[in-house]
Amino acid sequence: MARMKFLCDADRCIECNACVTACKNEHEVPWGINRRRVVTINDGKPGERSVSMACMHCTDAPCAAVCPVNCFYTTADAVVLHSKDLCIGCGYCFYACPFGAPQYPKVGNFGSRGKMDKCTFCAGGPEADNSKEEYEKYGSNRLAEGKLPLCAEMCSTKSLLAGDSDVIAQIYKERVAKRGYGSGAWGWQTAYRESIAT
Amino acid sequence: MAKIFGYMRLIAGALALAFVVATAMPAAAQQPNSVNPTAASVKEQQLLQQLNKIEGRGTIPDVKSYTIEQPAGREWREFRTVTLKWIGGIAILGILALLTIYYLWHGTMCIESGRSGRKILRFNVFERFVHWLTGVTFVILGLTGLNITFGRSLLLPWMGAPAFSEWSEWTKFSHNYISFAFTTGVVLMFLMWVVRNLPTRADLEWFKAGGGMFGGEEPPAHKFNGGEKLIFWISMIGGGAVIVTGFLLLFPFYGTTVSGMELAQIVHSTVALLYVAAMFVHIYMGTIGVEGAFEAMADGNVDVNWAKERHRLWYDEEMQPGAAPGQAMRPAE
Repeated sequence: MARMKFLCDADRCIECNACVTACKNEHEVPWGINRRRVVTINDGKPGERSVSMACMHCTDAPCAAVCPVNCFYTTADAVVLHSKDLCIGCGYCFYACPFGAPQYPKVGNFGSRGKMDKCTFCAGGPEADNSKEEYEKYGSNRLAEGKLPLCAEMCSTKSLLAGDSDVIAQIYKERVAKRGYGSGAWGWQTAYRESIAT
Repeated sequence: MAKIFGYMRLIAGALALAFVVATAMPAAAQQPNSVNPTAASVKEQQLLQQLNKIEGRGTIPDVKSYTIEQPAGREWREFRTVTLKWIGGIAILGILALLTIYYLWHGTMCIESGRSGRKILRFNVFERFVHWLTGVTFVILGLTGLNITFGRSLLLPWMGAPAFSEWSEWTKFSHNYISFAFTTGVVLMFLMWVVRNLPTRADLEWFKAGGGMFGGEEPPAHKFNGGEKLIFWISMIGGGAVIVTGFLLLFPFYGTTVSGMELAQIVHSTVALLYVAAMFVHIYMGTIGVEGAFEAMADGNVDVNWAKERHRLWYDEEMQPGAAPGQAMRPAE
């Protein structure tokens, strides 16, 4: 099976936020929650770079390790998913996550968190593929339809790549070789303990 | 004439073009063949080394999403999944083992002169209310907290995922809401008993003699002996620490960041587990450890001989003429 990953080529990202919008629309993500966001580092200064970031679907995912109810699971495609039926909204995965991916709808009083929501790599949840229940809880399941995540598929500069690790790493390597520079695969060292040698 | 002007205009035009080309050429020659924009750009590993996190500016209202990478959660993960379990396991099982060994060796600490049949009020109804408010909420908070740390390893395998999640969700709500009652208890307990729990010279003597727990006479004590004062201060300092860190966690991002909450969770869980271990000693002493001690927190009255043996200085105070009303000796019912 494939080892699914995201790769954001920061030298191409133009901070158009279309990935953010596409994600919100595709999955009807509620107000206040963003499964993906674009952040500009050193904004307005020479050398600024924008990076589109979401759940990186880590190897040996920290969220899964710290979850008190063990609601996470990894699919055969190495996508890290979770069950909203089991999640108790404790917030521990947010403490552990290096990418700030888990988010919680605010429910009830104080800081009460609802069921955690995060990027699913457009792969839904534990319910039957593309069922109504799955869509309501996790959004659409494009992977089950043989499609890749929408954020990367419609990226205007093809900065954001999603797919099998070897394939997207190869695309990135070729780009770097051709244009002569590359600032690396952001987050890969943290998420997978490996980077792309260019 | 017109023809000459025409030639001159052509020459002038050619010269102008030559000038433009000539001035432009050196600039073009200075450009390297391949541009490397990343030479001056921000670099991931460099940013991580400097700050251990990467943040920038985003366009959505959620300010905390502007931090895109923060590997520090890994240390917290190690703490939660490994270190904390060892601390908690050793502290709780260690204390239980020590108490069992102590009980088997020493047995219950009896009233040596036997029961007198006369009783003296040790804790009034308000004191007992505050004690049990704190005590009952502590037990619930302790069990629901232990569930978050140990439930996945101990309960989940035999409860099954759906039942364990349902239970854990209830324990989360209980833990969050009961915290307010516990806080009230700790605050009232502090105000009510702090003066009586200030250390005195008698406590030093008490600790030197091991409180009579390892043979020998128990040195005379005031209303609270050295050991009880120790339990009081563990409850106040430990309670204060879990309350402050607990409320920080209950209100995410109110004055904290992710790393602040990681730290708060480390303090909260470590202190709480040591606190639970310490309370096992308190529960032991208040029940099977010392004969006649539980009565002080049941209906508030203790046997006079118990008071004489355990809290001689307090007993003498109470027996002084003009002692506070309601504190005097009364017959057993």
